[in-house]
Amino acid sequence: MALLEVNNLGISFGGLRAVNEFHLKIEKGRLYGLIGPNGAGKTTVFNLLTGVYKPNEGVILLDGNNIVGRKTIDINKEGIARTFQNIRLFKDLTVLENVKVGLHNHYKYSTLEGIFRLPKYFKVEKAMDEKAMELLAVFDLDKEADTLAANLPYGKQRKLEITRALATEPKLLLLDEPAAGMNPNETKELMETIRFVRDEFHMTILLIEHDMKLVSGICEELTVLNFGEVLSEGNTSDVLNDPEVIKAYLGE
Amino acid sequence: MTMKKMSKTTKSNMITYLMVIVIFLVVEILVFTGNVSSLLQGLLVPLCAYIILAVSLNLTVGILGELSLGHAGFMCVGAFTSAFFSKCTVDTITASGLRYFLALLIGAAAAGICGILIGIPVLRLKGDYLAIVTLAFGEIIKNIVNILFIGRDSNGFHFSTKDSLSLGLEDGGKVIVNGPQGITGTPKDSTFFIGVVLILVTLFIVLNLIHSRSGRAIMAIRDNRIAAESVGINITKYKLMAFSISASLAGVAGVIYAHNLATLTAQPKNFGYNMSIMILVFVVLGGIGNMRGSIIAAIILTLLPELLRSLSDYRMLIYAVVLIVMMLFNWSPKAIEWRGKYSSKFRRKNKKSTKEAA
Repeated sequence: MALLEVNNLGISFGGLRAVNEFHLKIEKGRLYGLIGPNGAGKTTVFNLLTGVYKPNEGVILLDGNNIVGRKTIDINKEGIARTFQNIRLFKDLTVLENVKVGLHNHYKYSTLEGIFRLPKYFKVEKAMDEKAMELLAVFDLDKEADTLAANLPYGKQRKLEITRALATEPKLLLLDEPAAGMNPNETKELMETIRFVRDEFHMTILLIEHDMKLVSGICEELTVLNFGEVLSEGNTSDVLNDPEVIKAYLGE
Repeated sequence: MTMKKMSKTTKSNMITYLMVIVIFLVVEILVFTGNVSSLLQGLLVPLCAYIILAVSLNLTVGILGELSLGHAGFMCVGAFTSAFFSKCTVDTITASGLRYFLALLIGAAAAGICGILIGIPVLRLKGDYLAIVTLAFGEIIKNIVNILFIGRDSNGFHFSTKDSLSLGLEDGGKVIVNGPQGITGTPKDSTFFIGVVLILVTLFIVLNLIHSRSGRAIMAIRDNRIAAESVGINITKYKLMAFSISASLAGVAGVIYAHNLATLTAQPKNFGYNMSIMILVFVVLGGIGNMRGSIIAAIILTLLPELLRSLSDYRMLIYAVVLIVMMLFNWSPKAIEWRGKYSSKFRRKNKKSTKEAA
């Protein structure tokens, strides 16, 4: 069974049909790309998958469970975590705290235990610190643990966002234009990071990207979206050589 | 690395507690040696209430990131419910310590419940709705209290919204809440010492909350609501938690305030819009999100007008000017740049000197 299976997904905003009859099937452990020209509806698909928008019709099966209509926080608990096109970090929290917020639903103690500093507070906080530092070390961010997230350089902010998403222990990781605004060197490093996340965390990854070098470099399968509809899908090399796709990108 | 971080926040909290204790001791010594005028002595208990208000409002404004313009309303709820309780039980519960403790719990609970009732509909919305609703709430509470008449005789409690005569009390019945004349004869149980203890309790609750799992969730919502939702934070729950804790602490301040007055009335001066704005000024002036700053600002802005009595006509004018200047200092990009440069220079110098010393 596929980890994520989407069928006949559609949503309209007023008279605009943003996504129409969208389908997607991602096997566990795959690195999947979602590409398409500007305004094709890629981010809308992400917002549908994470419950930000409710689809007008269609089913989204995560591990066999239909998650359509669930709230964003419940979908995260079910196992979908995401990053954002325009980075959304908790700016005034430290790097470490950002990751600890990601751990929120996996390490629990009550508010009263926190206020009165009962033994459980110290025990759980210590475990959280250790887990967060372990994650940060993987992404080479452990030296900046006490830095405010807002003060990190751009590339590291992207990495921190991925770290935070992974802290929620997802089954499926959605990356929305992870290479946006990066120079070629940073992009290269990012590609390694993404591949590393897949291999090390046995993660299934779906990413939106415009950078074709990144897409052709790491994605194993692609879906091309154009005007809200699936234009082409399949193996990366096949899709990128599809005349329809070339036409959509370059015009006739 | 993490251990160092922990001790850093603990250290900062300790400094805040210590600061309050030192100020308390200094004031006590000054009072003991007779260096404080009776006018200023009368201000000490209200000052404790103001400090608690400032710290609790800072939880809403600085940590939760929502603007509340009706903090005096929650204080009013706490003040009147607790004064009502104390006046009713002044004969039955003779131990003033126990009565005061119960009054505190009742005042805090009543204000907290009001906070929850307002928060449930309003905090689900995005935007500045909370400011408008709390502003209205503060005024409504003040006006309700002004038309409320409650009396007690052998038959029990009597309510009215007209006047004390329509309560229809028997001979020997007592009017407890007398509309615009408020509550008279509340036992004066609040002392400066109790006030300071309650400041410490407030700080303990607020600071420990901030540096816990729930506090991180609250600040995450403040910094980026959408991202917080995407990592599985329950937005409504944590917003409501912060807001109701803030409201019930304002209720505690109300209890202190009420048990320091012979006559408790709800006037624009003490529970109106002006009061809410004054508390907000303490918070903005002390630095949004900075508890220690709130305390210092509350002290300075309460004592300064008394020390400069001749200027007291211009008090609100000075407030406004100071507020604008502080906003510019705190938020203007140029000022932030300048401060950053200045503080990093200072820090570098410090590091150098410690290195040389080593």
